[in-house]
Amino acid sequence: MALWTFFGLAKGKATTGWPLHGNADGQQGLLGMPRYQLELCDSGCSDCASVCPTEAIKPHATDPVRLQVDYGRCVVCQLCTEACPTGAMAPSGDWAFGVNHRDDLIWSETQATTQQPRDASRRPFRRSLHIRHVDAGSCNGCESELQALNNPFYNLHRLGIFFTPSPRFADLLLVTGSVTHAMREPLLATYNAMPEPRWVMATGTCAVSGGVAAGGYACGTGLEGVLPVDVYLPGCPPNPAAIIEALLMFLDRRPQRVSGGRIAE
Amino acid sequence: MKGTETITLTVDRLPYAAEELLRNGGRMQMVYACPSDAGGVELRYVASPTNKPPFVVWRCQPTGDPPSLAHTWPLLGWYEREIMDLFGVQFSDHPDPTRLVLNENVPPPLARPRPTQPPTARPDANAPRPVPEMAAPDVQMLPFGPVRADIVESAEFTFFYVGEHILHYQPHLFFKHRGMEERFEGLDPQRGVILAERVSGVGTVAHALAFCQAVEAACDCAVPERALWLRVLLAELERVYNHLHYFGHLSNTTTLKVGEAQGKLLEERAKQINARLTGSRFLRSLLTPGGLRRDLQPKEWLSRELEALRAEATRYIELLEDSDSHLDRLITTGVLNATVAFDQGATGPIQRASGADRDLRRDHPYAAYGSLPLIVPIRQDGDAYARSQVRAAELDASIAIMQRVLLLLPDGPVCAECEVVPGAEGFGWSESPRGSLFYAVHFGGNGRLNRVKIKSPSFSNWRVFPFTVHDSNMMDYAINEASFGLTIAGCAR
Repeated sequence: MALWTFFGLAKGKATTGWPLHGNADGQQGLLGMPRYQLELCDSGCSDCASVCPTEAIKPHATDPVRLQVDYGRCVVCQLCTEACPTGAMAPSGDWAFGVNHRDDLIWSETQATTQQPRDASRRPFRRSLHIRHVDAGSCNGCESELQALNNPFYNLHRLGIFFTPSPRFADLLLVTGSVTHAMREPLLATYNAMPEPRWVMATGTCAVSGGVAAGGYACGTGLEGVLPVDVYLPGCPPNPAAIIEALLMFLDRRPQRVSGGRIAE
Repeated sequence: MKGTETITLTVDRLPYAAEELLRNGGRMQMVYACPSDAGGVELRYVASPTNKPPFVVWRCQPTGDPPSLAHTWPLLGWYEREIMDLFGVQFSDHPDPTRLVLNENVPPPLARPRPTQPPTARPDANAPRPVPEMAAPDVQMLPFGPVRADIVESAEFTFFYVGEHILHYQPHLFFKHRGMEERFEGLDPQRGVILAERVSGVGTVAHALAFCQAVEAACDCAVPERALWLRVLLAELERVYNHLHYFGHLSNTTTLKVGEAQGKLLEERAKQINARLTGSRFLRSLLTPGGLRRDLQPKEWLSRELEALRAEATRYIELLEDSDSHLDRLITTGVLNATVAFDQGATGPIQRASGADRDLRRDHPYAAYGSLPLIVPIRQDGDAYARSQVRAAELDASIAIMQRVLLLLPDGPVCAECEVVPGAEGFGWSESPRGSLFYAVHFGGNGRLNRVKIKSPSFSNWRVFPFTVHDSNMMDYAINEASFGLTIAGCAR
């Protein structure tokens, strides 16, 4: 065993300083949500809406000039950025998409930040949060990224955030997947086993709105109508840094960066 | 069916054909159901008479209840049960006709003619599972899951045990059944790929590739040379991060903590390389029928990074090989003998660790694999150690293949027009990090996808895995499971 001890010591520290200092979040080159730029959008064109596999983009109900864009449904497939003739749907590196309110994921011109009073009951958990994860029917992409949180690069423990096996010790229920009919009851049982105060985080587009599997004979539409959600993090899958950002936002240690469907300038 | 040699069989010929295939040293791959031209359901058996192309498809229009072939080919048992659950076709004389995918009270959602109302009955999570009756008073039953400790996929495992000794083990893997095959219906192939990429997240490229190749076969589409080579690069990048994850996870189960950390750190490095090259840590949003959605320009940094990763991975594997406490837990654990591996349809590194010399990349070359020398590592012992040795050798070979691709990568376009032929059918495959992956794609008269069947490697290997758990030891269970490297999403779909 001395072998591994020396190996570990010789390797030194592998953990990034981010998010405490520096900006080495490990996501170089990563594509995030496509950025919608209304001023470039051609009136009457809906090429992007017709290729979108999850109806994240739809022609606006009343206004023919603009589109209705819901990032809570986006699976980051980039088809719209390729279909758009004018560059109004542009590829971007915007992946830090955790929000407190579902409405903040819907594109709006005004980008009014939802200034809700902070939930004071969260304060005692700022430096020590215990999470119970439930996979309610994912593709395993989200699990792969959640498991990555505990690798030496992100080393989630250093931020005082832990995964716990028992829902009895958990403060936050982190749900992935589009909530299949068969997982609905086990999910609710897990939630009911948690002590109060308790919160729920919908992680990944499937948990937020159902994703690509929604609408079939076996799946619901994520946590919609199943559990009250406190944090929404769309992405397919959200990368580990995005998950960290969202968790710290939940703990009031980072600001919410997205409102009106885009990252505030 | 394009991409295969297709013959039509009557129902009463089926058992003879199945026995003949076995006698002549062939191999049954799978069976699936699809809508038939006559309005009902048609069965398609995919067989490999030899280890070389082509795959042979038997078309069979069932009259009455078709006979189960699971007595001749045990691996077909699960496929037949899935067809019974989803299509309502009953196989006569099935050795275990219990529900597999859906619970008892759910009517078959894909039966023809299609039910006008989607099934509304919700499966009762507390309904008794089909498990064997155990009369001996000393035998304890442990139901474990579907929500389990740690960050893992949902599934329930039932153990029957005395003390540390496991007598019987039964996994229930379809809590996560999302009905993905049905979600393809009505889509165009461009959006079909987006779905295929999300069947099994850590098998994104393998799934998308098999799907694209099935569509390309159906539509007689020739993919440009450069795209074929880049597809190999993507498929091997996927293998590398999956295999590195495998060693990290395996070290976790043998409580080799630094080994776990190093394996997962190297996996993270590989995923960051993926993101830097393609914009996605899972290599998504690149494959499309006809080639690639955009060109990749792998510059010098990629070759340099891969070489650095190879050096570190080699050193890491050496250290694992020098750790007695790690090896002690692997050697003779979870032995899968060659007969069970063959009968139950083991695939990929699992069957190669039990002596079978099969790899689709070499035996049924696709993309640019035909132009690349490929080493297929084989071990005979069939234990957890053999399974990890096969993956270690594949990891090394994978990086060597990528370096070769980077040297030989031809110039040119990366995408050709792939025009859908209405009513066409195609068969595609790839060797994913976990084994053989098949897609059967049927287009409707409107040029939209009408039926897509996915055969994932984890569906095959989960079928095999319990045979290594019966009569084993509780303390070895987690190690044995990790040594198989399974995903549940791929199995449940």
